[in-house]
Amino acid sequence: MHDFTPISAAAGGALIGLASVWLLAANGRIAGVSGILHGLFSPPEAEWRAWFVSGLLLAGLAWQAAGAPVPLREGFPLGWAAAGGLLVGIGTRMGGGCTSGHGVCGLGRLSARSLVAVIVFMTTGVISAYVVRHVLGVAS
Amino acid sequence: MKALAGAIGAGFLFGIGLWVSGMANPKKVLGFLDITGAWDASLMLVMGGAVAVTLVGFRIYKTKFELPTSKDIDLPLVAGSALFGVGWGIAGYCPGPALTALSTLSMESIVFVCAMFAGGWLHRALAGAPQR
Repeated sequence: MHDFTPISAAAGGALIGLASVWLLAANGRIAGVSGILHGLFSPPEAEWRAWFVSGLLLAGLAWQAAGAPVPLREGFPLGWAAAGGLLVGIGTRMGGGCTSGHGVCGLGRLSARSLVAVIVFMTTGVISAYVVRHVLGVAS
Repeated sequence: MKALAGAIGAGFLFGIGLWVSGMANPKKVLGFLDITGAWDASLMLVMGGAVAVTLVGFRIYKTKFELPTSKDIDLPLVAGSALFGVGWGIAGYCPGPALTALSTLSMESIVFVCAMFAGGWLHRALAGAPQR
């Protein structure tokens, strides 16, 4: 086991869960970030989505302003970043969710559909990370 | 206005959770997905901590609101989730962490987020699915 950080992981996860409950309580919406992203330019629901994304960006700025560690990765090939982003964009749209919508929120709602999605993307994620790192030898 | 304040507040808290937990660190995410390397199981606890809260919290609020109603376990769900996982395993970013990491203005996060939007548009163009 390497770099195991159970406390910060569980605490951060709890904050993510609280934020999801907050959005449901305040807006009646599911905190599915891929859905928010893909619907960012489609009124009438565009406005709250833009505010949510602003909140995500502000969190990053606040984190850096507070001097907390920002683990920047050096030298990851941008072509692979583009390929990853493209697949995440297509896949989350086709599958109707990501780690937040199907994972945090879907599992919290005991949705069987989301459970299937989580099992599938965890499995292909593990395979993909293995192939890219160890078969193709991409430094990441 | 209250709803918009809720949206930015929830987005902010969500983002802080991503940074605290390590999800915003693609190297840590890949250290979790790469189970054959020096496996870092931490991110299992991120999902565990988050779902522990939503399991309880959603029970309180779920009756009042508009929630996804689809129950179909169909090909788009499985194929889409599979593609998403492949992309996640390549770069170590899923949508939330990618967006909050954009605040660092790192080139990889900019490229990833632009490609993610492009992927969404591409799917819409190919599938002709109505935008929600």
